[in-house]
Amino acid sequence: MKKNQAKRRSPRYGVVGWTAGAVLACLTGLPGVTMGAESITVVSWGGSYARAWEKAILEPFTAETGVEVRLESFNGGLAQVRAQVETGNVHWDIVDLEFADLARGCDEGLFEFVDIDQLPPAPDGTLARVDYFDGTYSDCGGGGIFYSTIYAYNTKSFPGEKPSTIEDYFDLGKFPGRRGMRRTPGVNLEFALMADGVPPGEVYEVLDTPEGLDRAFRKLDTIKDHIVWWEAGAQPPQMLADQEVVMSTAYNGRIFNAQVIENQPLVIVWDGQVLDYGQIAIVTGTPNMELSREFLQYASRVESMAAIGRYIAYSPTRHSGVDLFTTHAETGVEMRPHMPSAPENLKRALRNDWEWWSDNAEEVHERFSAWLNR
Amino acid sequence: MAQSLRGARIRAAALTLPLVIFITVTFFVPLGSMLTRSFHSPQVADALPRTLALLEDWDGQSGPQEETFRTLGEEFRSLAKQRKLGGVATRINRLESGMRSTILKTARKLRRDQPESWREAMVAADEAWGEAGTWRALRRAGERFTLQHYLNALDLDRDDAGRIVTQPPERRIYLPLLWRTLVVSLAITVICLVLGYPVAYLIANSSPARSNLLLLLVLLPFWTSLLVRTTSWIVLLQNQGVVNDLLVAIGILGDDGRIAMVYNMTGTLIAMTQILLPFMILPLFAVMRTVSPQHLRAASSLGATFRQGFLRVYWPQTLPGVAAGSLLVFILSIGYYITPALVGGRTGQLISNMIAYHMQQSLNWGLAAALGVILLATVGLFYFVYDRLVGIEGMRFS
Repeated sequence: MKKNQAKRRSPRYGVVGWTAGAVLACLTGLPGVTMGAESITVVSWGGSYARAWEKAILEPFTAETGVEVRLESFNGGLAQVRAQVETGNVHWDIVDLEFADLARGCDEGLFEFVDIDQLPPAPDGTLARVDYFDGTYSDCGGGGIFYSTIYAYNTKSFPGEKPSTIEDYFDLGKFPGRRGMRRTPGVNLEFALMADGVPPGEVYEVLDTPEGLDRAFRKLDTIKDHIVWWEAGAQPPQMLADQEVVMSTAYNGRIFNAQVIENQPLVIVWDGQVLDYGQIAIVTGTPNMELSREFLQYASRVESMAAIGRYIAYSPTRHSGVDLFTTHAETGVEMRPHMPSAPENLKRALRNDWEWWSDNAEEVHERFSAWLNR
Repeated sequence: MAQSLRGARIRAAALTLPLVIFITVTFFVPLGSMLTRSFHSPQVADALPRTLALLEDWDGQSGPQEETFRTLGEEFRSLAKQRKLGGVATRINRLESGMRSTILKTARKLRRDQPESWREAMVAADEAWGEAGTWRALRRAGERFTLQHYLNALDLDRDDAGRIVTQPPERRIYLPLLWRTLVVSLAITVICLVLGYPVAYLIANSSPARSNLLLLLVLLPFWTSLLVRTTSWIVLLQNQGVVNDLLVAIGILGDDGRIAMVYNMTGTLIAMTQILLPFMILPLFAVMRTVSPQHLRAASSLGATFRQGFLRVYWPQTLPGVAAGSLLVFILSIGYYITPALVGGRTGQLISNMIAYHMQQSLNWGLAAALGVILLATVGLFYFVYDRLVGIEGMRFS
């Protein structure tokens, strides 16, 4: 039915539509002319995570304020934001970032300052400054979730013994087959060192020495020919489901959604997980400053932050949020055991050191490219 | 008379003016500004003018004066207030990893208090300020004109004493990549020549109707979007793709023995050869069309075998086309970017992909520009050598 309608539309309507659109675009560019519906653009990571944002925050926000939210997706990094700010052509209002990028961008003036004392307090009145977990807020951030990079496998690929430790990921003898990894040195180097016997608490100390870096790359060398590289967070669950790889590093929430919503036989190995957090920020110089601030305030309420945890297994970065997530909104699955912060998942875990990465990202990236190309 | 001639000349020149302006604005100016970036980086110098002036008289060995500490501290403070410090720190960090956090940490500590001894306060914030190497790095980052990007682009670096040294093998990226690019370009040129020469011959020596049809078959893909052709190759060559399926279906390959033909160097070679083939065939065809078939017949009537006739009569006459086609294909493939990016995977990337990475991801435009200059110089060198060997004058493109 829908298809037929689309077919019947004569091409002339297309032309009219384009012209009208162009005229409207010109009008909105003029000062003093306001459009009926207000809107902002929020940029996040796509796939099932973006869907969680849509359900948990964007839709309720629109219902409450009448402000329309356009959702776009990207694969992280500061390049696009920097290009927009430097050319003065800002068309993203809110960006969802890894903490390392947020801190860097904040220092470079790419994001607007956010006063932590102006963010909504906890339901019991505790100030946001106290309510946030230690070190999880930046001078430019709002909202915030914990997420984790883990590795997962498809049970169909291993009928017999199943991998259970980070060492197993690097063990081609016991578990042969191709592995998926994100095409970036981040987390991969940490995984390599942990699998090589470095305790989580010493990983960044070791990485900080030239020998330690060599050691991490040597460990990656052992599986290099069996790695399939991914870039978008939505790829690993797909590659696992298609059995294109036997195991893959992934964001835990994506695997969770593949498990509960799509009933894929995927299993997460929490051993050696690299825990990280992110926040949203307002791009400097956005023309929709007022609305963006309103949105950031809304998304920083504990209830909003915890609501994400009802759609994907990411937990809020505030103390008062811990008790707020219960079951998955669509399937009723108990969320707690699937969260990266659940005690049984934290037995051997590493917290991502964004400060180390901000200092060493460029050099390590160069080294990583050299290594990839060899 | 002379005057009217000059008037005509001016009018003629005026007609080319729009083109000249267009090329200047859209080509020479951006190109020039990009090339300048490769050796001109004034950002740090502009951000820390007073400190750098003080460091000019410094001997580079002992710890600098208290005044230098104070000046730097104050400059950090005012930059942080303008939210410019992060960008400056990132630039300095490129010379010396770790400087970024050193600078930002120090600026955070110095934000409010007015210390009695700036030296002590800064060393307390980060020990690095007590080391002469940190200050040398700062001084080097403050150079307005620098060859650093070129050093990086050639896998070189400066050691602590300022001597130029080669990077350790695990850090060498660009020279191996440049070498790979040259080898691949040469291989593609040779493959194109081997595949294209007979095709061009066929087109040039068929009946007009058939020749037109064949020409259309060459031109059709030539007119098709580059992206469409590249992605079609992915469809054809991938693991579960048409070619592999076919080979499995007729039993040449087992289902677990599928050949990896894309996302590696093979993919880059196949796709680029197909895309660049018309650039070889068309100049060849243009030249072959003018070679009279009677020459070959004359040769054989004089007793030459086909081989002799071809090598001594036909081939020499087509050389201008061979030269033109080869040069076109070679130069185009040296700078090719989108096809290797899509089908090259890990091992099929070329130097231009690295330039794109520094343009779009790392945002190290200075390094991207230096790599671009080196690529340009390489092409220029080849052009020069080629000119000496073959002679650009004698080349024919159509």
